[in-house]
Amino acid sequence: MSTVNANLTYNYKVVRQFAIMTVVWGIVGMALGVLIAAQLVWPQLNLDLPWTHFGRLRPLHTNAVIFGFGGSALFATSYYVVQRTCQARLFSDGMAAFTFWGWQAIIVSAAITLPLGLTSTKEYAELEWPIDIAIAVVWVTYAIVFFGTITKRSAPHIYVANWFYGAFILTIAVLHIGNNMALPASAFKSYSAYAGVTDAMMQWWYGHNAVGFFLTAGFLGMMYYFVPKQANRPVYSYRLSIVHFWALIATYVWAGGHHLHYSALPDWAQTAGMVMSLILLAPSWGGMINGMMTLSGAWHKLRTDPILRFLVVSLSFYGMSTFEGPMMSIKTVNALSHNTDWTIGHVHSGALGWVAMISIGAIYHLIPKLWGIKAMYSIGLINVHFWLATVGTVLYIVAMWVNGIMQGLMWRAVNDDGTLTYSFVQALEASWPGYLVRFIGGAIFLTGMLVMAWNVWMTIRQKDAVAADNVAAQPA
Amino acid sequence: MSTFWSIWISVIVLGTIFGCWWLLFATRKSQTTDTETEKTMGHSFDGIEEYDNPLPKWWFYLFVGTCVFALIYLALYPGLGNWQGLLGWTQEKQWEEEVQQAEARYSEIYAQYGSTPIPELAGNEDAMEMGQRLFANNCAVCHGSAGRGSVGFPNLTDDAWLYGGDPDTILQTLHNGRQGNMPAKGTMPNMTAEQVDQVVNYVLSFSGREQDKAAAEAGAEVYAQACVACHGADGTGNQALGAPNLTDDSWLYGSTYEWIEETVVYGRQNVMPAQGGRLSDDQIHILAGYVYSLSNN
Repeated sequence: MSTVNANLTYNYKVVRQFAIMTVVWGIVGMALGVLIAAQLVWPQLNLDLPWTHFGRLRPLHTNAVIFGFGGSALFATSYYVVQRTCQARLFSDGMAAFTFWGWQAIIVSAAITLPLGLTSTKEYAELEWPIDIAIAVVWVTYAIVFFGTITKRSAPHIYVANWFYGAFILTIAVLHIGNNMALPASAFKSYSAYAGVTDAMMQWWYGHNAVGFFLTAGFLGMMYYFVPKQANRPVYSYRLSIVHFWALIATYVWAGGHHLHYSALPDWAQTAGMVMSLILLAPSWGGMINGMMTLSGAWHKLRTDPILRFLVVSLSFYGMSTFEGPMMSIKTVNALSHNTDWTIGHVHSGALGWVAMISIGAIYHLIPKLWGIKAMYSIGLINVHFWLATVGTVLYIVAMWVNGIMQGLMWRAVNDDGTLTYSFVQALEASWPGYLVRFIGGAIFLTGMLVMAWNVWMTIRQKDAVAADNVAAQPA
Repeated sequence: MSTFWSIWISVIVLGTIFGCWWLLFATRKSQTTDTETEKTMGHSFDGIEEYDNPLPKWWFYLFVGTCVFALIYLALYPGLGNWQGLLGWTQEKQWEEEVQQAEARYSEIYAQYGSTPIPELAGNEDAMEMGQRLFANNCAVCHGSAGRGSVGFPNLTDDAWLYGGDPDTILQTLHNGRQGNMPAKGTMPNMTAEQVDQVVNYVLSFSGREQDKAAAEAGAEVYAQACVACHGADGTGNQALGAPNLTDDSWLYGSTYEWIEETVVYGRQNVMPAQGGRLSDDQIHILAGYVYSLSNN
């Protein structure tokens, strides 16, 4: 039924570049995460140097994993998916190459400026204004390439994966530019355009949608292509994808207020943040259902295909964290969980379990295709990676649940005379075993990434593996 | 907020919720079947097809349920612009109520010791257990859990007192706090580097520390100009001003040449925050007893 232009070729070069950098930044970012996790167990690892201090390496970890690893995975897969589902070559090869080199330069500049202590102090938006401008330029170019490709598509409809990628690209542009409005004071110092609680609300409007659009909508786009493709099954329900797409993007932008419960933020904004977060449960689960149910009739494939296993387990973690999130947004629960390790655990069940696992699955699917061969070098090693990733994630989040709930309870415990039963330091001491388990879990997850790097390396240096920049579109 | 913004907020909050509601029902209405189907939408993207399956029922009701919850919650609590909510809840009111409850519950416990003389209180085991807990909650972050202090934070277990260690002075310190201020170069702003060296050596000589004798002798004159007004001619300090005794072994900052040099050159500012208003009079009374007990046992 498809009528592919005989001369049509796809640009695989930029996809390949981003796919490789996904693995590289994954290892760098997660190694930094393991290092700072170790610093919380053994504080001497701060080395008493400002550049290696936890406070400077932690934002480097988050930037490297979110924007380096996650960002590269999103670029790679969106460029791949948009071409293949639109049956159109990328809008501009030159602009696509610019987004690759520009994005890498931005991550490298983060790796230089953050350890030097140059920071705007906004969480997940720490980079200073010159880098922020560079991000905006690269991002707008990305939007032109992506939407330009959609406009020249030969497929009659726009596939659901592209709705999600499109929403992610548009909204991140708005969020990034909105939150980073600042007055430069020097080359590497600026002051936010917003004051006081307005600044806090802008920050968490951005911060929560870095989660909602960068780490959710974008990766749902990935899910909608790679799950049905890897399972070789039709998507479960088209109408479910319509409802959960529009509901998800309409309610996510509201949720940021739940980061500021019991603060100077007016009550109405806290309430709106909380109720929208609760409504978000069903739209989030819509994506999980659509992915999981796509496998109905193909469950047996999970026994033999570790790539599919990555994709499906990532959906389970997605479902779990998107249940946990709305619960934590309820004021009463938040009063216990806020500022504890529970939050860190919640983030990582999304970051390791969902974002990393689905990216890893997608990259394993992509690598052989990009080098024109049948399969990865070793399916067994993918399986090893799968178990390392799963065990690592579970250790990590269980340790943080235990720590978080314990901290919340210890901080609020009172004696008969109303004094606090525990000092902060006592709660910190009690957290030590949890920090150790978290470090071990993170190290196991990182080991899996090293296994992946080896497997990818061995795959692409096989004799018949040939990287082609331009690949003829095959009739579907 | 103004009526405009109040309406604006209400419209977009309710618009989002009812928009979700409409989307859900409109999509469900066009369903062709209630059960799972093999029918696809008829398009294929890179070989991927899509089934036209109905919305799962349990998921549909979950979505409706969260929307209903949101609407009820918005009726009960402040959320829609200026609408205060039927329960009249605000976070300030919740806080005030909890403080009142705590006061009602705990004030009697503290009141039983509120008029006991402080030296007597210091020997009362029950009171001192409470005092220790109050200290851990409110004081330990600076003075340490054992009250031994740290650089810049006085040790409360020795006999060296900046302002005095008698019960009334301790009470006063706790109620009103203290502002310590040693000006840079004391009362001699034009002190030269050589004079700094001399006066540091002179200060070292008060407590018999190693010093450059010649510089120390010359420093006496500098001391007389720069330091004597607060620390006194013999260096024993002045508790009325909070000026430390320089002749003993107790040093709020370090006692080495380098530390003292830094103190002289840059001065020192220090604050003990007032506890009056934060803690009740009875709680402060028990705390005073505890602090007194640290150096009087």
